[in-house]
Parts: sequence; C-alpha cells; structure tokens
Amino acid sequence: MSTIQDPIRTPAKALRFGEAGLLVVFAAFAFFAIIVAAKAYTPAYAFHAYLFAAASIAAVFAIGNRYMARPAGPVPQVNADGKPNYNFDVVKFCTIAAVVWGIAGFLVGVIAALQLAFPVVNFDLPWISFGRLRPLHTSAVIFAFGGNVLIGTSFYVVQRTSHARLVGDLAPWFVVLGYNLFIVIAGTGYLLGITQGKEYAEPEWYADLFLTVVWVTYLLVFLGTILKRKEPHIYVANWFYLAFIITIAVLHLGNNASVPVSVFSPKSYILWSGVQDAMFQWWYGHNAVGFFLTAGFLALMYYFIPKRAERPVYSYRLSIVHFWALIFIYIWAGPHHLHYTSLPDWAQTLGMTFSIILWMPSWGGMINGLMTLSGAWDKLRTDPIIRMMVVAVAFYGMSTFEGPMMSVKAVNSLSHYTEWTIGHVHSGALGWVAYISFGAIYCMVPWLWNKREMYSLKAVNWHFWVSTLGIVLYISSMWVAGILQGLMWRAYTQLGFLEYSFIESVEAMHPLYVIRAIGGILFLSGALIMAWNVWKTITMPEAAAEQSLALAPAE
Amino acid sequence: MSTTQDTHHGKVDAATGVSTTGHEWDGISELNNPLPRWWLWVWYACIVWAIGYWILFPAWPLINAATPGLLGWHSRTAVQVQLADLQTLRSESAAKLANASLEQIEQTPALLTLARAQGRVAFADNCAPCHGAGGGGATGFPNLNDDDWLWGGSLEQIQQTIQYGIRSGDAEARTGSMPAFGRDGILQKAEISAVADYVRTLSGIAQPGADFAKGKEVFAANCAACHGEDGKGNLELGAPNLTDGIWLYGSDKATIEYGIVNGRGNVMPAWHARLEPTTIKALTVYVHSLGGGR
Repeated sequence: MSTIQDPIRTPAKALRFGEAGLLVVFAAFAFFAIIVAAKAYTPAYAFHAYLFAAASIAAVFAIGNRYMARPAGPVPQVNADGKPNYNFDVVKFCTIAAVVWGIAGFLVGVIAALQLAFPVVNFDLPWISFGRLRPLHTSAVIFAFGGNVLIGTSFYVVQRTSHARLVGDLAPWFVVLGYNLFIVIAGTGYLLGITQGKEYAEPEWYADLFLTVVWVTYLLVFLGTILKRKEPHIYVANWFYLAFIITIAVLHLGNNASVPVSVFSPKSYILWSGVQDAMFQWWYGHNAVGFFLTAGFLALMYYFIPKRAERPVYSYRLSIVHFWALIFIYIWAGPHHLHYTSLPDWAQTLGMTFSIILWMPSWGGMINGLMTLSGAWDKLRTDPIIRMMVVAVAFYGMSTFEGPMMSVKAVNSLSHYTEWTIGHVHSGALGWVAYISFGAIYCMVPWLWNKREMYSLKAVNWHFWVSTLGIVLYISSMWVAGILQGLMWRAYTQLGFLEYSFIESVEAMHPLYVIRAIGGILFLSGALIMAWNVWKTITMPEAAAEQSLALAPAE
Repeated sequence: MSTTQDTHHGKVDAATGVSTTGHEWDGISELNNPLPRWWLWVWYACIVWAIGYWILFPAWPLINAATPGLLGWHSRTAVQVQLADLQTLRSESAAKLANASLEQIEQTPALLTLARAQGRVAFADNCAPCHGAGGGGATGFPNLNDDDWLWGGSLEQIQQTIQYGIRSGDAEARTGSMPAFGRDGILQKAEISAVADYVRTLSGIAQPGADFAKGKEVFAANCAACHGEDGKGNLELGAPNLTDGIWLYGSDKATIEYGIVNGRGNVMPAWHARLEPTTIKALTVYVHSLGGGR
C-alpha cells in the first residue's frame, strides 16, 4: 500500500534471478566438492576439490554481501549524464591479475632457464623439477598473463566500441574470477604432478570442464554486449575477440575429449590415440597460437594503437581481407608441427603450404598496425607507450615471417626439435604478445583509474629498453643454439659416422643457455618496473584534472 | 579525435587526405586505403607456389588415398634412399671391419682409425649415459679406462659383454651376482661387520683389528668361493678383485656392509639387438683402446 501512496520511495529489494540461481548452484557445488574431496583417490586431487569447495563457499558469501550492499532495482545501464554505465571493475581486476601473473610467469621462466643452464637449480625437489615448471611457465604466461589481458581488454573494448554496458550482473564476475580459479587449479596441479601430458593443454578433465563453463559464459557476455551495441557496425577489434573466443572453445573441446577414470580421480584418458591424437594436439596447439596469441592480441592492436596514436586505422578493406584470410587459413597449418613424423605426407604438405599462404594474411595485421601511425610517426620518439606497441607489431611481423619459413620442410629438418623453435616462440611471446599487452596496460591503467597518464613515462621508457635488450639476448642466443644443435645433429664424418654425440650438443648449449637466462632476467626486471609504475599510478592522489581525450565519449 | 573534415566526399583525414569509412567507434575511424599492391601480389605468389606444390607432392585426401603428386615422392621411400646412401658411404669401411678380426683391426692402423671413429660416437650415444662421456665410469658403473676388469678386458671378452650384456636377461648374458648375505640371513650382523673390516685390510686401506681372525674365517667360508682365497677376484664370475684399491661402489665400511647385506648385481643391456655387428666390433676396439685393454 505504502509504495502506491509514496511513488518516490525505492521499490522493495529482492534477489535477482541470477543471484538466487548462483547461490543455489554454488552451495550445491560446494557440497558436491566436499564429498569428492572426502573420497578422492589422491591427496592432490582432494586438495583441488577443497579449493573448489572453498571458492564456491566464498562465492556464496560474496553474492550475499553484494546483495546486502547494493541498491534495489535493476543495474542502471546509463549514468545520470546519459553515458553508458560501463562495468570497469572486472577490467580492473583482470589488469591487476595480468600484472601479477605476468611477474609470476616470467619468474618461473627465469628459474626454468637457469635449470637448463645449471641443473642444480632444481634442488632435487620434484615439485620444481623442470618437467613441472615448464608447463607452469607456459600456462602462467600464455593463459594467466595473456588470458587476463585478453579477457580484461575485451571487456573494456567491447563496452567502449559498442557504447553499451557489459551484459549480465554476476556473469562478468563469474568469467573473471572463474578463469583465475582455473589458473590456480591448473598451476597447483602441475606442481603436484597432475597433468594429461598435452602441451598447452596440461590441465586434467575436471579443470577442463570448469573452464568450459567459464568460457561459454565469457562468450555469452561478450556476444550479448555486442548484440545490444549502440553502434551500427561491429568494430574490427571485436571481430578478432569473437574469433578468439569461439575458436578457443572449439579447440579446447576437441583436444580435451577425455574419459575420466572416476569422478574421484584426477586421471583421464584421451579419446584419440596415436597419430590422430598427435594431429588433434597440434591442431589445438598451433591454433592456440593462432587464435589466442595472434587473433586475440590483434584485437588489442586494433583498439589501443589507433586510440593511443589518435589516428584512424590505416585500411578498413585490409582489415576485412586479412581477418577472414587469417581465420580460414590458420586452422590448416597445425600439421607443420609434425613434419617428418608418422603423420601422412599429404597432411604435412597441407600444413606446410597453408603456412606459406598464411604469411601475407598475418602481415596484413602488421601493415594495418604500423601504417596507422602514418601522420603520427613523431610519437615514436615522444611516447614510449606507442614505441612499445609499434615494436610489438614489428616483432609480430618478424615472427609471422619466421613461422612460415620454419614450416618449410627443408628448413624444418634443421630447426625441428631444436632451440630455434624456443627462440621463435619467444620472439612472438615476448616481442609481440607481451609488448602489445604492456602497451595496452599502460594505456588502460590511467583510463580505468581516472588518471591523466602513467605515474612515470620515464619508467615506461626504462621498461622498454631493459626488456628489449632481454628479448634480443633471448632470441639471438636461441637462434644460435638451435642452428648449432641442428647442424651438430646432422653432421656426418667422411666415413659416414655421426660427427657428434647427442651429449656433445647438450654441452655446446651451456653458454647460450646462460645468455638466455640473462635475457629472461632482464625481461623480468622490465616487468617489475611496470608493476611498480602501475602501482604508483593507481595509488597516486592526482585524478585526471579533466577527462582526458582518450576518455572522451564516442558520439 | 584525429582531425577529419566533412567534405562532399564524406569525411577526409586531414593528415593523409584519405577518406574514412564514415563510421567511428569510441573516437576511432577507419581509412579507405586500398589493399597494398605488393602485399596482394606476394600473397598471390604464395598461393600459386602452394598449388604447384600440391600438384608435385602428395596433398589432398580423397576417398581411398591422397593425391600422390606428379613427382611420386613419398617420405618413407625418401628415408630408405637416404639410409641406402649412408650404407653405401659406410659400406667400404663396414666391409673392412666385417672382414677383419678384432685383432687385425687393432693391429692395422687404418682399420683402427676407422673403428675408433665409429666407436667414439657409438659409445657417446649408447654407453656414456652410464659409463661417462670418456668411459670414466660412475658409482656402480665401471671405469673403462683402467685395466681393472670385472668380466675380462680382452677383445673377445669385451665383445661378449657388449653383445649380450650383464644380467640383461639375454640367454647368453653374463650372470652371477653377489648374494644378499644379510637380508637372506646367511650372515649375522657381527659377522658382516667383521668381514667388512677384513675386506678393507686386503687392499691396505685399513689395519687388521681385533676381529681380523673372525673376519678372515667368515671370508674363507662365504666369500672366497667367488672372490678367491686371496681376494683377487674371478673374471669368470664377475667377482671383483678386492685387493687392488679400485671400488665400484665405494671403499668405506658402510658401503661394503651394505653390499654384503643386500648383495650387488647391476645390469648392462644386451646390445646385439640394437646395434649392428660392425658397430659392436668398432665399440669393442674403441673400449679396448681406451687404455685398459688386455
């Protein structure tokens, strides 16, 4: 009665459908996880079940607290000033998580590099032996660091270029927190010896299932936001994000199709076997590179470079052609990881030739990124953040030339199984993925926390030069190491006997491994400078005096 | 954000004079630049090259088999050709090694050089993981540079060892191992202590103590059958010489006692199934020539 008499009074607060549903789901899941933990076959699996239970209980409390604190009524989609009520809290979380995971991943990489140069560094502890640290490093940098950058920036970019708030109230938080819980489950699993032994897909079946739920939610949130956009067209960065999200889902399901031994055991057996399994693995592995590390980060490039340079994207037509070419051609290239194996010759041929055809579509992104600077080249001198992103695109161009070259069988016969591959991966990972991510973080942190600019551009400059030196040491030492290995392995004496034993090629690696470790330490040092700078930026009292140009609303 | 001007051609970017598509997202617009010519032509060239490759090599899967390619190339035949080439390259030297006896190889400088060249890499790839890169050995794995042999250091004895291994399970393998005197209850703790002390006196690393007589008695009753009354070992049984100061596992009392309690018997694989006869010959000569051959 009173509400009718007093229309100004706020409506009675009630649980939203999503809140009530998730409360029930999390409570039930916590109960289930505790039962699994109690009956688990191994202590490591019980630990993971308890982690799931603890996270579910924490989620119940968090949803409850949030309900108590929030105002009644639906989430406002626009602010009082008519601008969209962007959901940037999840983006902030991802940004900080990316920095933290990045440091952790680079550190583990440095330790792994030191172990190769000085095996004593594994201290005879099984948990930090190279076999466990290596997947910890790759997953931490690709999925924890890279994944948080991708999810965070995608949530930022899709909102701003669609001029709409993220779809869902709790769903974006479920994506962000759920994804990071998956990272914790995966990472602790490696240290405890839980793995399904598939490169870049090491987490076992239960972690994979959980990630599937998180990822589908991610797709729905992203797609839903695009569907309710206030712009007539979908911006190019969002095509790339969408391609990344959808393809990763397909790859994840295909490569992780396994049958668990029991719900109480972490162990599962993959459906595929023999060369089919190998082919599935590298269809997955190569397209994880293609759609996670290439398409996803091209999306960053398409937003942050034009935004920071304040220049239009060089060519709309090029963006369309190279996008579709990349999407259709990349998916064929996986077999080049299996040259000179029992994979049928025809599949090897297709893997190699499509890798060559892929070269120009990859370079389309580079051209669009670099040429966007036309009219603003002077910013390379004056803006270290632009410089970082442009060097990222240059490294992208270099590795997307190197990749097709290494896929040619004649080259591959020398490079396969050598450190050259490691060097190639890192010129892409450190030079392209990490640099474009750092650039995006440097752009986004002041925008998100409402500051005019990063705390110290000088520190950004230091980060750039220290880590560039690190990258150069890393990749050049691995090029030399790889070519040296390849030549030593294939060297025959005049009598027709092998010139070198395998162990001699291992001994020859030592100085190069030391240089690589130094390169890694420099790269890590650069990232620590960034972490300090990000921290100072967030905590500095100065707020943006006036809304910076970058934050100007799109009209 | 960037300066664009509205003209009758639509929006034009001031810095480059190129028109934009007219849309703008969060301040970002896109220019109407065409595809770069060189980019397009290099791409076409890559595609033409790929099509050519498909015509020449196995490429597209059909219902029963893939298109074979005009060149008739196949990776398995390619490997066979390469292996055959290698065999041809090696055939002369292989024939020389195959036709000569181990003694002849060692006495003919040209054959010795050949055998050592082949043996060196074969050793490094197959034997070094246990015996060390230079054959220097490790705990439990004999040093092959010295003239102390467990199963004999003549050419024939070495060849026999490499071919069939030691306790490898092969029917021809060298067998015989040290029993677990303690674990199997053959000797009591005090007896083991005494005989360990006694064994240490044989090579002069310890002086006879109070239990010398007891140790000697235990040795004579239990150990001498294999290691000999004087402890100088027996190559037929692989029983080490205990008087020469060379120890496979270690010379401290605890290590010796451990061996007496639990026995010893490490394994060397049989290599005849894995290595060709000439490679084994080359390895034999190589190991024999390391410095300890008899």
